[in-house]
Amino acid sequence: MRSHGKGANRTILDCLFRRNGGRKSGFSAAAGAAGAGSLLRGARLRGSGAVPLAADKKGLEIVTTASSADHPTRRDFLYVATGAVASVGAAATVWPLVSQMNPDASTVAAGAPIEVDLTPIAEGQDIKVFWRGKPIYISHRTKKQIEEARAVSVSSLPDPQSDEARVKPGHDQWLVVVGICTHLGCIPIAHEGQYDGFFCPCHGSVYDTSGRIRQGPAPTNLAVPPYTFVSDTKIQIG
Amino acid sequence: MSGPSDFQPTNPALKWIERRLPIMGLMHSSFVAYPTPRNLNYWWTFGAILSFMLVVQILTGVILAMHYTPHADMAFKSVELIVRDVNYGWLLRNIHASGASMFFFAVYIHMFRGLYYGSYKEPREVLWILGVIIYLLMMATGFMGYVLPWGQMSFWGATVITNLFSAVPYFGESIVTLLWGGYAVGNPTLNRFFSLHYLLPFVIAGVVVLHIWALHVAGQNNPAGVEAKTEKDTVPFTPYATMKDMFGVSCFLLFFAWFIFYMPNYLGDAENYIPANPAVTPAHIVPEWYYLPFYAILRSIPNKLAGVVAMFGAILILAFLPWLDSAKTRSSKYRPLAKQFFWMFVVVCIGLGYLGAQPPEGIYVIVGRILTFLYFAYFLILLPLLARIEKPRPVPNSIADDVLAKTGGKPAPMVSTVIALMVAGGLLLGGAESARAAEGSTKPPAQKWSFSGPFGKFDRGAMQRGLKVYKEVCASCHGLSFVAFRNLAEAGGPGYSVAQAQAFASEYKVKDGPNDQGEMFERPGRPADYFPSPFPNEQAARAANGGAFPPDLSLITKARSYSRGFPMFLIDFFTQYQEQGPDYVTALLQGYEDKPPAGFNLPEGSFYNTYFPGHAIKMPKPLSDGQVTYDDGSPATVAQYAKDVTHFLMWAAEPHMEARKQLGLQVFVFLILLTVLLYFTKKKVWANAH
Ligand code: FES
Repeated sequence: MRSHGKGANRTILDCLFRRNGGRKSGFSAAAGAAGAGSLLRGARLRGSGAVPLAADKKGLEIVTTASSADHPTRRDFLYVATGAVASVGAAATVWPLVSQMNPDASTVAAGAPIEVDLTPIAEGQDIKVFWRGKPIYISHRTKKQIEEARAVSVSSLPDPQSDEARVKPGHDQWLVVVGICTHLGCIPIAHEGQYDGFFCPCHGSVYDTSGRIRQGPAPTNLAVPPYTFVSDTKIQIG
Repeated sequence: MSGPSDFQPTNPALKWIERRLPIMGLMHSSFVAYPTPRNLNYWWTFGAILSFMLVVQILTGVILAMHYTPHADMAFKSVELIVRDVNYGWLLRNIHASGASMFFFAVYIHMFRGLYYGSYKEPREVLWILGVIIYLLMMATGFMGYVLPWGQMSFWGATVITNLFSAVPYFGESIVTLLWGGYAVGNPTLNRFFSLHYLLPFVIAGVVVLHIWALHVAGQNNPAGVEAKTEKDTVPFTPYATMKDMFGVSCFLLFFAWFIFYMPNYLGDAENYIPANPAVTPAHIVPEWYYLPFYAILRSIPNKLAGVVAMFGAILILAFLPWLDSAKTRSSKYRPLAKQFFWMFVVVCIGLGYLGAQPPEGIYVIVGRILTFLYFAYFLILLPLLARIEKPRPVPNSIADDVLAKTGGKPAPMVSTVIALMVAGGLLLGGAESARAAEGSTKPPAQKWSFSGPFGKFDRGAMQRGLKVYKEVCASCHGLSFVAFRNLAEAGGPGYSVAQAQAFASEYKVKDGPNDQGEMFERPGRPADYFPSPFPNEQAARAANGGAFPPDLSLITKARSYSRGFPMFLIDFFTQYQEQGPDYVTALLQGYEDKPPAGFNLPEGSFYNTYFPGHAIKMPKPLSDGQVTYDDGSPATVAQYAKDVTHFLMWAAEPHMEARKQLGLQVFVFLILLTVLLYFTKKKVWANAH
């Protein structure tokens, strides 16, 4: 191999990434400039699928023309196959290292649905329960609050949604929303703000009695968690 | 790291950076252009293997620390939760735990290589001493890491090792108290060990940088022990050394993966699956295998202070090696006497390791003293003497000459040495093993288990029957606190559906609360709940069981073991036999005798059991024929009950065993393919150098 003859500073990788006339795109030039910078080469290999193989192939043609002893295609294949298998291995190794950061099985199991008894909540009152680590507001709305929520024209809202769509039919007095401000995650205070709904003290988002955003930086209405009425006085969240 | 590089990038952006921070030039001259002797053999790949292992340990360690709780009350449980609940937690833990052993295995080979080829001699003294420092740091790190799972061996190992410092005159007790942060090993000890265990690997990494720097200044030693003089003596690091190292690492990975996927507990101690108990010391305190030679030296000396001094001296003496061995010839290849004594020294070290695992009594003590003497004599008497009297054979003129002379020669020594080392290593491990559970008891007969071997799978029927036996018989006294009802429906488990698991859970009453009135209440179990324990605490359990504490059964099949003896433990490594626990549990359940043998004095309130260590067990015979009704027509016999419940408990102890073995198969197929490819690539690359 000619790199070797020219001294210790030049190596196979110099050959592999040497620029030749045909390709002067920025990418291949960068690779060529990195020369034998193996770190860069590794990053490139992981970053993209087909290009490195092509680059290897191109480079190896240079190598093989330089050394006459070997059958070029067999040699190409060997290098490409080794590189490809090693890359697959590296990628497969990353998977468990990242996957472990997801919630573990006990956390997932603890996120199972919960049941909430509604009988103790008097009209005009609300309670906060936790489901999957999130506060859920359950409000027993007054007639007035319901009327307020339904009086407004839906199309004028920043996130248009009718009150009917946010409660369960036949249970209009019950509003169940995730108590997390859709702006940046603070917890809005119930029964505050000029719409008698929720007010977020962090950056001043104001929600109405249906938990819809009316004013402030929050982009969307308070989310309605999945829930069902098990009976008239009991809901299951989740 | 070998001076300024003439490397120049052509890309303008890279050029801009390079002018301001010549990092690419540094990388290039250190890991690409760096000239490496062309006659290095595979023993030299262990440097790369060690760097690789350090990365693996740091990576898996940082990840495990994301899930681990360093608190005396929660550490053991948090490790179990990692293994059971975290995605791939079992894999990460196995890698990290057996990775420690692999790290030491590789470092010992690396050190013996340095010893054999005289890699510590001028001008590589600092390089060698940095290596000794790394080794010391590794020992500290490994020890503290072993404490973290907070099992019985963790706790008592910590007690014994920290007590070494009490040998210091006058200040001993205060030093030990300082180390503990209390009056005994406890939560503060665990906390600081965790902190230091996290810190030290980065210190190691720093010293490794110095080690490599020193290496690149002095240049690598080589089997001929002559310095590289001309360009013909060297090849550039990349691709020659890189490819060879990658092939070496890949071979090493095959060995490593065998432990990770198939023998995760082979190198561990069953005792460490019992949570730390400050009131009970295990029968034998045996350190991890890699400390055994030094442990043997400690015990050989009948004086406390002298023993501790000898133990630390045995390590520190390595730092003086460059001056103890003043022979001019580096490589033992050309030193006929040194070569023989080197191998004797290896045998002495392995012998000490074996003794470190034996009970300190009788012949073992005497042999231990002889070997301790020989260990020190090698450094203090033999090496200085050899330097004076030995007549070395002529060394080759240059590395190139050495390569030419060897072309067509025998590459055999490596293979035979590897085999010899494996056998010796096995001996050492077996020694460690035979010290455990060696109390005079009958060996349980080896059973056939469907889950044994590389393709082993649990038998769903046996597990479901076993669960029934547990629920109807064992559960009245024994807890199963690490198993949740949801586990019954998980893949690789007893094969129940989610609905079945839910129904099973709802039959249990679980304590919950406090409610809005501040009171605890009972509610039906949910899948996320764990099997409730029959007693609220250990005291209540003891009070109800005549002073005996019925152990929790979650880990019982891993926490019990028995000695397999020589040569079975060696064969076990290859056959992957690791069912000592289940064999013991099954045998114990059937091992009751109504009448103890004549002459055996059975204490009041105990029962005679053939397999229980000491034979007097507090648990009355738990099973009798026909006690549990099976719906699937399996025989309602004690033998069947015992096997079924053990089968179930094996799953309870390792719910992801099937996943482990399945992934192991895939990994092996992959690694073999990669190794073969790397071998041929390496061969092709090196073809240019010959
Ligand atoms: S988080 Fe509620 S307004 Fe910004």
